[in-house]
Amino acid sequence: MKKTFKMKVLGALSLLLVLLTGCSNHIAVLNPQGPVAREQYHLIVWSLIMMSLVLAVVLIIFIYVLVRFGRKNSKDYNPNDTGNRKLEIVWMLIPVLICVALAVPTLKVLFSMDQPPKATAEAPRNFAGKTLTIDVTSVQWKWLFRYPEQNIETVNYVVIPKGVPVKFRLHAYDAMNAFWVPELGGQQYTMTDMPMQLWLQADKPGNYLGRSSNYSGKGFAKMDFHVLAKSSNDFDSWISDIKSNSPALTMTKYRELLKPNNVKPMAFSSYPKEIEKNLNKAQMEGKESGKSDSMKGMDMSGDSGKGGHHE
Amino acid sequence: MENIKTFLSHFFVTGDPMIYGADASIALVSVAIVFVLTYFKKWKWLWREWLTTVDHKRIGIMYIIAALLMLFRGGVDALMMRTQLALPNMHFLNSEHYNQVFTTHGTIMIIFVAMPFIFGLMNIAVPLQIGARDVAFPFLNAVSFWLFFFGAMLFNLSFVIGGSPDAGWSSYAPYAGAELNPGVGQNYYLIGVQISGIGSLATGINFLVTIAKMRAPGMTLFKMPLFTWSILITSIIVIFAFPAFTVALALMTIDRLFGAHFFTIASGGSPMLWANLFWFWGHPEVYIVLLPVFGIFSEVIATFAHKALFGYVVMIWSMIAISVLSFLTWLHHFFTMGNTAPVNAFFSLSTMLIAIPTGVKIFNWLFTLNKGRIEFTTPMLWALAFIPNFTVGGVTGVMLAMAPADYQYHNSDFLVAHFHSTLIAGTVFGVFCGLHYWWPKMFGYLLNEKLGKWSFWIFMISYNICFMPMYFLGLMGMTRRMYTYPAGLGWGPINFIITIGAFGMGLGFTIMAANIIWSAIHGKRDTTGDPWDGRTLEWSTSSPAPEYNFAHIPVVSTRDAFEAMKEEERKGVKRRQLPFEPIHMPNNSGIPFIMSAFFFVAGFGFVFEWYWMGIPGLIGIVICLLARSFVYNDHHHIPTDEIERTERAAGRFS
Repeated sequence: MKKTFKMKVLGALSLLLVLLTGCSNHIAVLNPQGPVAREQYHLIVWSLIMMSLVLAVVLIIFIYVLVRFGRKNSKDYNPNDTGNRKLEIVWMLIPVLICVALAVPTLKVLFSMDQPPKATAEAPRNFAGKTLTIDVTSVQWKWLFRYPEQNIETVNYVVIPKGVPVKFRLHAYDAMNAFWVPELGGQQYTMTDMPMQLWLQADKPGNYLGRSSNYSGKGFAKMDFHVLAKSSNDFDSWISDIKSNSPALTMTKYRELLKPNNVKPMAFSSYPKEIEKNLNKAQMEGKESGKSDSMKGMDMSGDSGKGGHHE
Repeated sequence: MENIKTFLSHFFVTGDPMIYGADASIALVSVAIVFVLTYFKKWKWLWREWLTTVDHKRIGIMYIIAALLMLFRGGVDALMMRTQLALPNMHFLNSEHYNQVFTTHGTIMIIFVAMPFIFGLMNIAVPLQIGARDVAFPFLNAVSFWLFFFGAMLFNLSFVIGGSPDAGWSSYAPYAGAELNPGVGQNYYLIGVQISGIGSLATGINFLVTIAKMRAPGMTLFKMPLFTWSILITSIIVIFAFPAFTVALALMTIDRLFGAHFFTIASGGSPMLWANLFWFWGHPEVYIVLLPVFGIFSEVIATFAHKALFGYVVMIWSMIAISVLSFLTWLHHFFTMGNTAPVNAFFSLSTMLIAIPTGVKIFNWLFTLNKGRIEFTTPMLWALAFIPNFTVGGVTGVMLAMAPADYQYHNSDFLVAHFHSTLIAGTVFGVFCGLHYWWPKMFGYLLNEKLGKWSFWIFMISYNICFMPMYFLGLMGMTRRMYTYPAGLGWGPINFIITIGAFGMGLGFTIMAANIIWSAIHGKRDTTGDPWDGRTLEWSTSSPAPEYNFAHIPVVSTRDAFEAMKEEERKGVKRRQLPFEPIHMPNNSGIPFIMSAFFFVAGFGFVFEWYWMGIPGLIGIVICLLARSFVYNDHHHIPTDEIERTERAAGRFS
């Protein structure tokens, strides 16, 4: 009886939530804008349905036993009712079945995430293959995006063509972070000693908010970035615009970017070849002081020694 | 002079009015405590009756008092965070301060609230439930408590001296390493938690041996009360899980103090290794704080449904299954850290499997209620509220177990809502339930039911207001550990509701504290020793139990032993009055307190890398150990006439 009160509170609360959130496009995870996010979304909805059923069954039995046996003189009081093998087998088997129903699609999606999603649009002109590769480096507390095929670099925003699978290769310069664009798909960590990979793809042009989801210190809360999806023509013209109008990234500027702080979005028309090695903080600093053995076998042809020759 | 000035400004945390407030209140409270103890001439009493005690009941009470104080601090941390997040772009806390607060909130709530609260309740109830006179190693039990206590004090000191840790309770490397996180804060975490962890490991061993060796005659394993069973299983988990954490903490300490490279970015350190070691302890830890409350709920639901537990044997086997699975799921804390699909698949499935024994338990509790005669007392309300609220945490746990979906939940507020659903609706409801249930056994009077029910309803409803919206916040893309967020994302109103809920929980807790004070003065005395019509042996002795617990060790022949005894009495079977024999009891000892104080001194020295202080501290510990090994006179006998007097006063001897 007391529990009905609680149910009312819960009901009112969820109604309030719906009213407050207004449209569902605020709920990024439930508003998938690409094939990766959509696959995960379907999995989430399926699990939500199954789990709501479980919760409903528990609540129904719960309310029933409280109402029925919470009275002062319940007639069917039976202290000897202390086990029922058949019933116990039933409620052991039902969770097993539910687990199977959830595990099968889980595994399917899990293994598909290693593969690039199917392209739904033509790749823009200046592409080597049919997919785009972008190197992502998290630095306390900003995101660096490098386009190895297009030879440009951006900071705190990244532009991708719609309908084309994008392979994000993830690295960390210092602390671990996690790269998360909920509307396009789930996240993956960035780490200093292990390159990671994440496939994402946008269905249509748009501006999608991403952020770091793994705490990395003082400026972490503001470590967000925008993913701009453009049509293939717009992507091409964006590339040529950056190429002709943005400054080049020098080693000096790059070192400045590696310092811990929050910065505004930036773009660079080219970058020094050396940064393609994705050195982490220890390697970078070891290299500068010249005492680290982790640099053995490194190609030293970069211009690190002559830093700052042009801006 | 300048040097001293710089030293002091680093030694004491400066520049924040809230911290000056804390400094002042710590000083005032300390002065007040010293004054009261001196004025009422209670120093000797404090030392003789409490600081040196090896009595499991008193150690249990001290655990619970410490846990309640720590709960207050962890709760204040939570309210500070919720105030900062109530509106977008708030300026209540700055980033550094917020980061420290969420770190201490998490660490304190798990290590210094959930664990000691459970250790307290098991100290009070387990020896009584199995008809024993104390735990197997009473001296070690005191060592465990004081290590926890001084570990917690060391950790809390960081707030005013040197600065708090700010790497999160999970302290992921490399961020928690010396290079990215200089200063003493993280050292406090590593050493404070380490000291208290040694105590936890000893408690695990102590209770495993106690339950294995000291059960009353006739109490076979499958006649033990469910709570005792849950503690037996928990002790085994503690023994297997804690060493991993001890090693991880030690390695990171060596990294930070002596420049090693276990978890660093440089020189081949592996930051991932920390995540593995941490969660190899961290996931079983979740069950260390959950299985005991499953035990508490089983006792309370059976007592107040006035029925034996439904499916007793299945309940035990499902706990055993959970304990085994708990060691096979740690990787689900980092599905998104670059594991291959087959690895993620294994841990996805192993995690889902936990839902099966847990689901079985939920249904068994429901069917214990079925055909019962349910009595809505305060402890029962906490136990009943656990069922639906914990189920929410359980089903969202299954959702998180699905690795590809976890890519969208991981580190978001969805996850935060999930683990609060299990840890609050499970552990917190459970320890509050146990607190109200065993309170008369601890102190000899009952907590007020009216205030108890008020605190329950306010806390439980506020908990839902606080954490149900948080699931949506996570799906909207808000991550944990953000100290602020911009307007325009639609997060503001939800965060505001959550903050209201958080303060509601604070109000509920305040009423509970008021209830404790009110009942201490006006509470109904429990003269029978059995205020709830209990089923297990702890209710067969007086409230509070005498020093020796049982004048005669009870002889057990069935489950729910005390219920069976009462049944016999109702049938008119008279029990023979046996003559008393002197009872062998352990002596009090100051060594646990003094040795743990040396741990504190050594720990403080190592936090600041002051080896002139740390090494003498370590030597002090060794001297205490040696001193103990030369104590030959470590027990006494309670004479029969004293037992007779006590028993007569309790009305059990005529």
